[in-house]
Amino acid sequence: MTAVLELPAPPIVEVNHKAKRQNRLAWIARHSIAIVLVIMFLTPVVYLVLLSLMTSKQALTSNYWPDTWHFENYVNVFRSTPLPRYLLNTVSYAVSVTLLTLLSSVPAAYALAKLKFRGQNALFLTIICVMMLPPQVVTVPLYLMWARYGLTGSLAPLIVPALFGDAFTIFLLRQFLLTIPTEYLDAARVDGCGEWRTLLRVVLPMARPGIAAAGLFQFFFCWNDYYGPLLYTSENEHSWTLTLGLASFRTVHHVDWNLVTAATVLAMAPLIIIFFFAQRAFVQGITLTGQK
Amino acid sequence: MHTVRKNLTTLSFLAPALIGIAVFFLYPLGSAVYFSFTKFDLLSVPQWVGLDNYRQMADDPFLLQAVRNTLWMVVVFVPARIIGALGLSMLLAQLRRGAGFFRTVFYLPSLIPPVAATIAFVYLLKPGTGPVDHFLEKIGISGPLWFNSPTWAKPALVLLGLWAVGDLLVIFLAAVLGVPESLYEAASLDGANAWHRFRSITLPSIRPVILFAAVTGVIYTLQYFDQAAVAGSIASGQATVGAGISQSFGYPEGSTFTYPLWLYTVGFRYNALGYANALAIVLFVVALAVTVILMRRARAFSGEEA
Repeated sequence: MTAVLELPAPPIVEVNHKAKRQNRLAWIARHSIAIVLVIMFLTPVVYLVLLSLMTSKQALTSNYWPDTWHFENYVNVFRSTPLPRYLLNTVSYAVSVTLLTLLSSVPAAYALAKLKFRGQNALFLTIICVMMLPPQVVTVPLYLMWARYGLTGSLAPLIVPALFGDAFTIFLLRQFLLTIPTEYLDAARVDGCGEWRTLLRVVLPMARPGIAAAGLFQFFFCWNDYYGPLLYTSENEHSWTLTLGLASFRTVHHVDWNLVTAATVLAMAPLIIIFFFAQRAFVQGITLTGQK
Repeated sequence: MHTVRKNLTTLSFLAPALIGIAVFFLYPLGSAVYFSFTKFDLLSVPQWVGLDNYRQMADDPFLLQAVRNTLWMVVVFVPARIIGALGLSMLLAQLRRGAGFFRTVFYLPSLIPPVAATIAFVYLLKPGTGPVDHFLEKIGISGPLWFNSPTWAKPALVLLGLWAVGDLLVIFLAAVLGVPESLYEAASLDGANAWHRFRSITLPSIRPVILFAAVTGVIYTLQYFDQAAVAGSIASGQATVGAGISQSFGYPEGSTFTYPLWLYTVGFRYNALGYANALAIVLFVVALAVTVILMRRARAFSGEEA
C-alpha cells in the first residue's frame, strides 16, 4: 500500500506545488495591483461626494471626512443657485439633439452601408474628415452665420444642425449596419418592399443595439459639451448649461465650495446611473469605433 | 426611368446629411479659407490683406507658447494614455474573477463630464491641503503645486487624462482578448516568458488598434480645450463669467495655453477674426494630414488581413 502511495513521481508533485505557488503569488500580485488601482480610480469621485456633504467652512480645510453630514447642501444648491435652469437647458439640449440626430443620421448610415450609389466612397471619406475635424476650425464662420440670424445667445445653433445628421453618429451606425446580413434585406426587397419600408420594417428592429449605442454617445456628448455652450450662450446666462454653470459658479453666484461640489456630483450622477442600465450598449458601441 | 427613381430614393436617404455637410462643413470651411486672407472684427467688413495673417504667426509669442504646449501634450499625453490603456487591458485580461467589476470601475471616469472631472482634480491636487499632497507629505514627499505650478500644470492634466482613459481601455481590451489563444499556447511551448509573449504576439496583433489610438489621440489633443480652460480658471481662483473665462486661460504663466485656447482668445476676446481664421486653417491642415495617415494605414492593414 505504502509503496503504491509513494509511487506517483515525487518530482512532478514538487513542480506542481511550485507552479501552483507561483500562480498563487501572481494571482495575489495581479489582484493587489488591481485593487490599488480601483482605489485610485474611485478616490476623486468619493472625495468630491464627501466634500459636498461638509459645511462651507470645513470644505476649505484639508479634512476629507465630514464632521457633520449636510445632505441639505443638495437642496440648498437647487434653491440658492440657478441650477434648475442649467439642468433644464442641459436636458433639453441633450434630448432634442439626440432624437434629431438619430432621425437624420439613420437613413444616411443605411444608404452608406446597404445601398450602392456613385460617390459612395467619397461621401464616406468626407464624413470621416468631418468627424475628425477639430470643431475650432469652423468656429468663427459658424458663429458669424448664427449671429447674422440673431440666434447667438441661445442653444439653437447647437440644436438645429442635429436635423442634418452628425458625422460620428452616421459613421458608428454604418459600422453597425454593415454587420447585418444583406440576405434579410434582399428577402424584404423580393417581397416588394421599397428601400424606405425595408429600412423601417426590417433594418430598424435589427439595428436597435447600434441605435441605442449611437443615441447614448450623442446624449453623453451633449450633456458633457462645454465648448459649444461656451461659444454660443456665454453672453446670455439664461441659456447656460450645467457645464457652463459649473465652471463659473463661484464667481457668478458667490457660492461656497461645498455647494459647487454638490452641483458637480449632480452633473455626473445621471450619466453614471444611465451607464449602469445600459452598460452593454456602451461597451459594444465603443468597440465598434475601434474597428475599421 | 427605373434608375432615376432609384437615385431619387437614395437621395432621399442622404439629403439631410448632404445638406448638413454643405452648410455646416463645406461652407464654413470655405469661408474660413477666405477670411484667413482678410482683416476684420465683429463690427467691420472683411478687408483683403493677402498673406498678412499667416506672416503674423511668425512673430506671435503667444502662438509659439501655444504650439509648444500642444506639442508637449502630443508627445506626453497621447503616449501616456496609450500605455495606460494597454497596461490596464493586459491586467484586466489576466483577471478572471471580478473582471467585470474592475472593468466598470476603470471605465466609469471616462463618462464623467470633463468640466466636473477637472473641478474634482483641482480639489484633489490642491497644493498643501488636497488629499494627494496630504498623502505625499505622509510618506515624506513635499507635493508639487500641481495646477498652480507652471511645471506641474500639464502633468496634472495628464493625470486627469489617465484617470479618464476608460474609453480607450475598452477598445484595447477587445483587441487584447481578440488575440487567438493558440498563438500564446504555441509560444509557451517554445518556452517564451510573459514579456516575450507580450512583445512578439500581443503587440503585433493589436498594432492597428494602437495606430488608431495614436491618431485619434493626436486629433483629440489638437482640440484639447475644456480641461485646460476650466483648470486654469478654477485653479487661478479668478474664474470669470462666460466668455470672460479667456482671461484666466493658460494659468499659471501660460503653461496650459493650448492651440485651441489661443484660437478662441484671438477670435472672441480680441475679435481679430481674420487672424483667428488663419489659425483655424493651419489647425485644419495639420488635422487633415494626421487623418490621411490613419486612412492610408488602415487600408493597408485591412488589405494585409483580407
